[in-house]
Amino acid sequence: MKMKNKIITAVVLIMALFVLLLALERILPPSSMLFVVLKKGAIYALVAVSMNLLNGFTGLFSLGQAGFMLIGAYTYAILTIPMEARGMVYQYFDGGIVPLALPVILAIPLAGLVTAIFAYLIGLPVLRLKSDYLAIATLGFAEIIRAILQWDKLGPITNGSNLLKLYPVFTSVIFPFAVTGVCIAIIVLLINSSYGRAFKAIREDETAAEAMGINLAHHKQLSFTISSFFAGIGGALLAMYQTTVQASAFRATMTYEILLIVVIGGIGSVTGSCISSFLFIACSEWWLRFLDNTIFIGNFQVPLLGPGFRKVVFSVIVMIIVLFYSRGIMGTKELSLEGLYQFLRKRSEKKKKGDVPA
Amino acid sequence: MTDHILQMENLTMQFGGVIALDNLSLEINRGEIIALIGPNGAGKTTAFNCITGVYEPTNGCIRYEEQIIASNHPQGKMKKLYIGKNKDSYTRVIRHTPDKIAQMGIARTFQNIRLFKDLTVFENVLIAKHMHMKQNVFTATFRMNRREEKRIRKECLDLLEEQDLLPFCGEPASSLPYGLQRRLEIARALASEPKLLLLDEPAAGMDPQETRSLADFIVHVRNKYRLTIFLIEHHMDLVMRISDRIYVLDFGKQIAQGSPTEIQNNRRVVEAYLGVAEDA
Repeated sequence: MKMKNKIITAVVLIMALFVLLLALERILPPSSMLFVVLKKGAIYALVAVSMNLLNGFTGLFSLGQAGFMLIGAYTYAILTIPMEARGMVYQYFDGGIVPLALPVILAIPLAGLVTAIFAYLIGLPVLRLKSDYLAIATLGFAEIIRAILQWDKLGPITNGSNLLKLYPVFTSVIFPFAVTGVCIAIIVLLINSSYGRAFKAIREDETAAEAMGINLAHHKQLSFTISSFFAGIGGALLAMYQTTVQASAFRATMTYEILLIVVIGGIGSVTGSCISSFLFIACSEWWLRFLDNTIFIGNFQVPLLGPGFRKVVFSVIVMIIVLFYSRGIMGTKELSLEGLYQFLRKRSEKKKKGDVPA
Repeated sequence: MTDHILQMENLTMQFGGVIALDNLSLEINRGEIIALIGPNGAGKTTAFNCITGVYEPTNGCIRYEEQIIASNHPQGKMKKLYIGKNKDSYTRVIRHTPDKIAQMGIARTFQNIRLFKDLTVFENVLIAKHMHMKQNVFTATFRMNRREEKRIRKECLDLLEEQDLLPFCGEPASSLPYGLQRRLEIARALASEPKLLLLDEPAAGMDPQETRSLADFIVHVRNKYRLTIFLIEHHMDLVMRISDRIYVLDFGKQIAQGSPTEIQNNRRVVEAYLGVAEDA
């Protein structure tokens, strides 16, 4: 009965969220910064959660996320560019050699699948490494992927170092929310399953996990592949959001951004990653924008403000968060309705207690 | 014919030039409680690590239920370095990873407790069941294994109740007092449904009263689950009380074996523990 109630509340809340999003789209002009934040935030939330599955839950410090997003983005773009547009996109490569254009609904899971296959192959040698070494190796592979996709000889498929464009994109904010929602739901189900427990066991103590019959290589490989699958889907969404995609944009900086989101949200907290993803995008794209403009108050020019100052302030904020919330916003806890309810009740009880004395 | 569950044959473990286990042979019969004792650094834990697949022995072989689970002979650089015995007796190389050994039914606890500290007591026990489940990633993620999951949850709750750990079910394992952490580690090993249980200093850091109750507990567990128990321990009162037979190691060599009374009266054992008088 209680379980049923929970599911009903969750469904109602999700419906309410989507209604709210629809209403916002009606009310606000489409150029509003809010939509940028919502779209990009949702996409980054998915990638951050997928990275959290690997870094936070399995304890594998991997920095390959941008590379896997890139594979996802390219797979999606290559498979969906309409036949009639191919001549224009692949202008230097005679229209390319990919003879088909798939519908979006098929291309997105396929983007994930192709990424997962590459991740599996990369994982075979790389996952023998531990901690920092693993991070360096995955970072290296991400750079290799970027370099290969820009290679001229692969031009008929990847268009070399030129843009891929004219593939189907989304305009409504509903689409990335729906895809991200489904993917994160699957990740959460995985984390709460027996396999999720095995992943956490590996994070806590590899020797003990092995002594409990958990095959380390198999489970690490599994976590790595699944995480990359969702990173690939995140990449496909990012390609759709950007409307054009170019390999040179997927640098290590992108991985660091995602890592930052994961750390700020709390390593090992799915809801933390989601919250911090929206906060991060909002800060970097919207709320701090005014710092880049020179502002005059009367005749007085406010000092320091100017192009690039936003990043300085942003870095300071990040440092403050890391210093004072060293375990992130959520730590390893999850935000849940029950937790919120109990938190509020405790607070009100405290207030009552505060009133009693004197 | 006696029913050996575990046999070690001429097992030698050499690290560089140091011999940690020197030509050790021992047999454990089904249902026995066997103790392995010896001064610090005698190679007891190394023996455990060889059995559970953490180390690959340098030479010799280990049989579990009549099946060879580890066998090796000096190879590569060790060929020149090897100073142990029986250099050419073993030609087969068989090696299993620790998880494979655990799946065969050998569970262990660790000298320094190795629980999954941030996970709950319940999760700690559930993890031990993971290897026996028939699910795969898809059925587990999409909850198509509900019945199996329900069954193992019930089994684990029963196990925790029996070990008096049920009240701590939802607490993180690191919040338990030391004695209970030890007990949880044994419970976790039991959850993996072993036939042979290796306990590495289960009474370390316990006071005499706790040690006594642990001794009763070990015997109880052996009888209830029809286990064979192989334990390393320094508390002699515990060892003497519960073991059927005792093996004594010193500097990697077996210096004695026998029943508790035989061991207590063995001159070499006393010498190993107390030292030899310089002049007679």
